[in-house]
Amino acid sequence: MTERITKDMARNIYFGGGLFAILVFVGLTFDTVKQIPKLSHASKITKSVALGKKVWENNDCVGCHTLMGEGAYYAPELGNAFKRLGGGDEAAFKAYLAGWMAAQPLHVKNRRKMPQFHLTPTQVNNLADFLIWTSRVNNQDWPPNIQG
Amino acid sequence: MKYSSQMVAKPYFIFALILLAGEILFGITMSIQYIYGDFLFPMLPFNVLRMVHVNLLIVLLLFGFMGATYYLIPEEAERELWSPLLAKITFWVFVVAGVLTILGYLFVPYAELTKLTMNDLWPTMGREFLEQPTITKLGIVLVVVSYIFNVTMTVIKGRTTTISIILLTGLFGLAFFFLFAFEFSDNMITDKFFWWFVVHLWVEATWELILGALLAFVLVKLTGVDREHIDKWLYLIIAMTLIAGLAGTGHHFFYIGLPGYWLWIGSIASAAEPIPFFLMILFAYNMIKNRRIQDDNKIALTWAKGTAVVGFLGAGVWGFMHTLAPVDYYTHGTQLTAAHAHLSFFGAYVMICFTLISYAMPILRGRPHGNCAKAQKVELTSFWLMVIGMIGLTLALTVAGVMQIEMQRIPDSAHAMAFMDVQAKLSTIYIIRSLFGVMTFVGLLVYFYSFFVKEERVAI
Repeated sequence: MTERITKDMARNIYFGGGLFAILVFVGLTFDTVKQIPKLSHASKITKSVALGKKVWENNDCVGCHTLMGEGAYYAPELGNAFKRLGGGDEAAFKAYLAGWMAAQPLHVKNRRKMPQFHLTPTQVNNLADFLIWTSRVNNQDWPPNIQG
Repeated sequence: MKYSSQMVAKPYFIFALILLAGEILFGITMSIQYIYGDFLFPMLPFNVLRMVHVNLLIVLLLFGFMGATYYLIPEEAERELWSPLLAKITFWVFVVAGVLTILGYLFVPYAELTKLTMNDLWPTMGREFLEQPTITKLGIVLVVVSYIFNVTMTVIKGRTTTISIILLTGLFGLAFFFLFAFEFSDNMITDKFFWWFVVHLWVEATWELILGALLAFVLVKLTGVDREHIDKWLYLIIAMTLIAGLAGTGHHFFYIGLPGYWLWIGSIASAAEPIPFFLMILFAYNMIKNRRIQDDNKIALTWAKGTAVVGFLGAGVWGFMHTLAPVDYYTHGTQLTAAHAHLSFFGAYVMICFTLISYAMPILRGRPHGNCAKAQKVELTSFWLMVIGMIGLTLALTVAGVMQIEMQRIPDSAHAMAFMDVQAKLSTIYIIRSLFGVMTFVGLLVYFYSFFVKEERVAI
């Protein structure tokens, strides 16, 4: 097959095809950015949700957990933690999370360990609000079931 | 060695190899924590080990690419490097910044590190692979800009070849897309979207250009095949890379809160992503079949073939396994993802660094015809130990992934097993994974040893 293709033809495929691919990708990028606020319910990002995102990042939660399937695979998915652990009840979830964070690390021999992060009650509340917001993002109904 | 400035490549290669040893050791440590959660806890929690593991990988590949570039650009441009001094300074700046950052991960709790480096001023930390403090990220930009400037000046003032043009295109792309690491927003979905502009567009677009150029350079040198022929292949490979790889970014956008059209676009475009890797196999074997010279450095050619084949397996085959949206719905974020990541990074990018090192290091050490036969034999042993080690651990992770999907993902909510229960059932497989990891490390030690194997004296 390659005998029939000359170097000039190959170069044209590269420049033509590459340019086309870039244009398509840039176009889709603009459209996606336009749609993100609606899909993610950006109007629901309160100050507490934004602060919760910081708690998530500043403690490198993604170094063990996944959030919508992205992150490390050492610990459970947390994008749907609100639904799985709080049963969709905000007060119940917040109480659960506060208790859980305070109890770490669990003294179960050779169970994978979560460090004690010494979060303040406000920070735990922010983190809960962030995870509640995350669980409501429209992400094509992933994960397939409640276990994440 | 034709140009004395090619010598600057040597410390880059050596440091890349040292970092690789560290990377594998941290990987093995993590794999033990997967089985015994108390191992080294709380001294080194899993997330710290993982940050070090993946950051070492990224930095070692950058060192490898830089060393490779500094070696090949003078030969391609047919002149000395524009500024060997700048290349030496860049090396030390990068070493100091890299070592300080790793020490920061190891000895300062991450939350403290964010305060210490004033992350609030420009919050970029706490994202997978991009955990570096903002100040380190700025340092990386400085290092990369000075490196690209040095290479560009050398190319402009000398001969331009297809290889150098494509390498430079890849490097400019690498620098450009890294800028998205500085994006920040209160909206996690926006962050997730642009995070892939760094991660995917590095490893599945711009780095593939670099990979293609480096592989082509070694094949030109070792086979003596006409450049016209090699250039044509190179253009076809990178054309397919861009056409499939750019829109192929969509295979990461399926389930993270982005528009539904990515399910189609991402699936279709990324289904073509194995093509450039397959072309690389055809390319390597075709060039070797038509070779005009018989180079004594046979092991470098083995690495070149290995890069094409294992790169195709890891990136092409293991990538395709879960690239279609309906499949990824069940496989997304499981051990299968980890399996793919391990074999593709090793096959495509770590192995191309080995190829360049095995080709260039003997020349830099005054052995223009490659290492002696005995040293090459030792190196061949290390090649197989590492390749089999990596394929073995990938297979183990694949089995773990499939079992995880069966127990945790496919059943409905009433019957699915919880994450931690599933993981407990996989411990035997994780032990096998660890053993293959140890095998890979032994392979690397044998590789190091091959540097010290001396020519045998002929006894009369």
